[in-house]
Amino acid sequence: MSAILEIADVSRSFGGVQAVQKVSVDIPRGEIMSIIGPNGAGKTTVLNMISGFYHPDHGRILLEGTDITHLAPSEIAKLRVARTFQNIALFSGMTVLDNLMLGRHVLMKSGVLSSFIYWGLAQREEVAHRKRVEDLIDFLKIQDLRRRPTGSLAYGLRKRVELGRALALDPKILLLDEPMGGMNQEEKEDMARFILDVNEEWGTTIILIEHDMGVVMDISDRVAVLDMGLKIAEGKPDEVRVNPAVVKAYLGETKTSEVRHG
Amino acid sequence: MALYPLPIAKYTVAALGVLFFLVLPLSLHEYYLSIANLVWISIIGALGLNILVGYTGQVSIGHGAFMSVGAYTAANFATRLDFPWPVNLLLGGLMAAAIGAIVGIPSLRIKGLYLAIATLAGQLIIEWTINHVTFISGGVQASIEVPRPQLGTVVLNTHREMYFFLLFFVVVAIVGTMNLMRSRVGRAFVAIRDQDIAAEIIGINIFRYKLLAFAISSFYAGVTGVLYTYYFGIANYEQFQIGVSIDYLAMIIIGGLGSVLGSIFGAAFVTLLPIGIRYGMEAVSGVLFSEATVHNLIPALRLTLFGALIIVFLVLEPEGLNRLWRNIRSYFRVWPFAY
Repeated sequence: MSAILEIADVSRSFGGVQAVQKVSVDIPRGEIMSIIGPNGAGKTTVLNMISGFYHPDHGRILLEGTDITHLAPSEIAKLRVARTFQNIALFSGMTVLDNLMLGRHVLMKSGVLSSFIYWGLAQREEVAHRKRVEDLIDFLKIQDLRRRPTGSLAYGLRKRVELGRALALDPKILLLDEPMGGMNQEEKEDMARFILDVNEEWGTTIILIEHDMGVVMDISDRVAVLDMGLKIAEGKPDEVRVNPAVVKAYLGETKTSEVRHG
Repeated sequence: MALYPLPIAKYTVAALGVLFFLVLPLSLHEYYLSIANLVWISIIGALGLNILVGYTGQVSIGHGAFMSVGAYTAANFATRLDFPWPVNLLLGGLMAAAIGAIVGIPSLRIKGLYLAIATLAGQLIIEWTINHVTFISGGVQASIEVPRPQLGTVVLNTHREMYFFLLFFVVVAIVGTMNLMRSRVGRAFVAIRDQDIAAEIIGINIFRYKLLAFAISSFYAGVTGVLYTYYFGIANYEQFQIGVSIDYLAMIIIGGLGSVLGSIFGAAFVTLLPIGIRYGMEAVSGVLFSEATVHNLIPALRLTLFGALIIVFLVLEPEGLNRLWRNIRSYFRVWPFAY
């Protein structure tokens, strides 16, 4: 399967800290790819470089063959790359509906004048895009929350709305930064189900950062492991699970156990 | 999204329309209409400032100056080139929008108090420029007289005629602002206010939209300045000094940030309060003090009371008159039950 996103030999440092060093990952179209690793491994930095918040010091990032290494976040959004954040970044003063409509910002066109006049172009556009947003509201089962300001929602629901806002872009690639962080088991299962459904229903490529190994191993097609800014392993979940470098990165001392077993 | 979520809102708007377009202008004395006219003009300015401060989250203490840009642009075109008022109104708004966007450039890098100071600098620079460049200000007095606006062959001379003239623009501004805020551009403004990082990730070009907010907001300010000019018959920079910028900030803070209704309440409140205070003091003048003492006290006490009332209001209802109004409304919706 061809790669939709190629991360080629990418490095990024902050001051003296090498956050990411020469990491190369190809993300195959239509797959769920997880990036895992201990705290400070550089996972979020990789995500930030894909979405344009940081630009790599070296290396290139290609989206369907086009170089997006130095594009601004808003330009990358136009190429239909959507993402969610580790600490939820919803527009808390606005309703769920407005948040989702904002997700479609780049797909809409009305300018100042047509918005000011509204009746005609802007209204037609609102109605057309509202349809898609309503589909997503049904998909995420948040019908009763439409008019609620997102600031007033419970944590798990806010995560779900944020996923909805990312989906509203009709993304080719969906970047999820710890979508299950801070959730209880039931919420995690719901979220895992949504992620799998998105992938199946719309064929969206998903790049996922997650700490819950159970979830990662269950839903990922492929897993890449970072440690101290280096990629130490990549492959199918089952291969990665038993990879000695990965075990070492997560548990630290492998030697003691080897010694103990003789 | 619908402007009227409930049918009762439609009837209320219709009733208000009858009240303001028929009952009031045909029954009130000219003097009261002149006060109403001041409220109308300030509503437009307050709406504009609220788009920037309340909805987009960018502070400006320069709106008085943007009004003067509109005023002098219109006055110059009116007297030098004899342009009709609709053209001057548009040009005044556009010129203010351009200047406002330039003053807004620092907003890309700085926020909050720092941006406030930057726009304050804009205010002072514009004030100084208009006052000292005679090409703009028209001479030592720094004031330019403009002809009365004309509709067809009718010259608008009386307060009653101006009332309808101004009310038309108020309605356009209110409906336009509501439309703007419920569609793509307005949502992007609020997104920048609430979460600028997330706004960028969903594809909003922050810099462009901040400048756009400055431009639109200043356009309203420019139109406000032009309307002041046509209302008073003269463009004078003293009407647009820093105190005006602060008055308008007071309007939207008292009325409610990020709310169209709040802008209207706030504009009416801040415009009417000094007049109300004066009436109140004149009413008690014979009782507590001699009339002469009161007349001496009025200017000072008016400011003091004005300030005190604003503080009281902000402590009691920090979210402004709009929130107060919503509380009253939801109270009566379920009346006589508690909930």
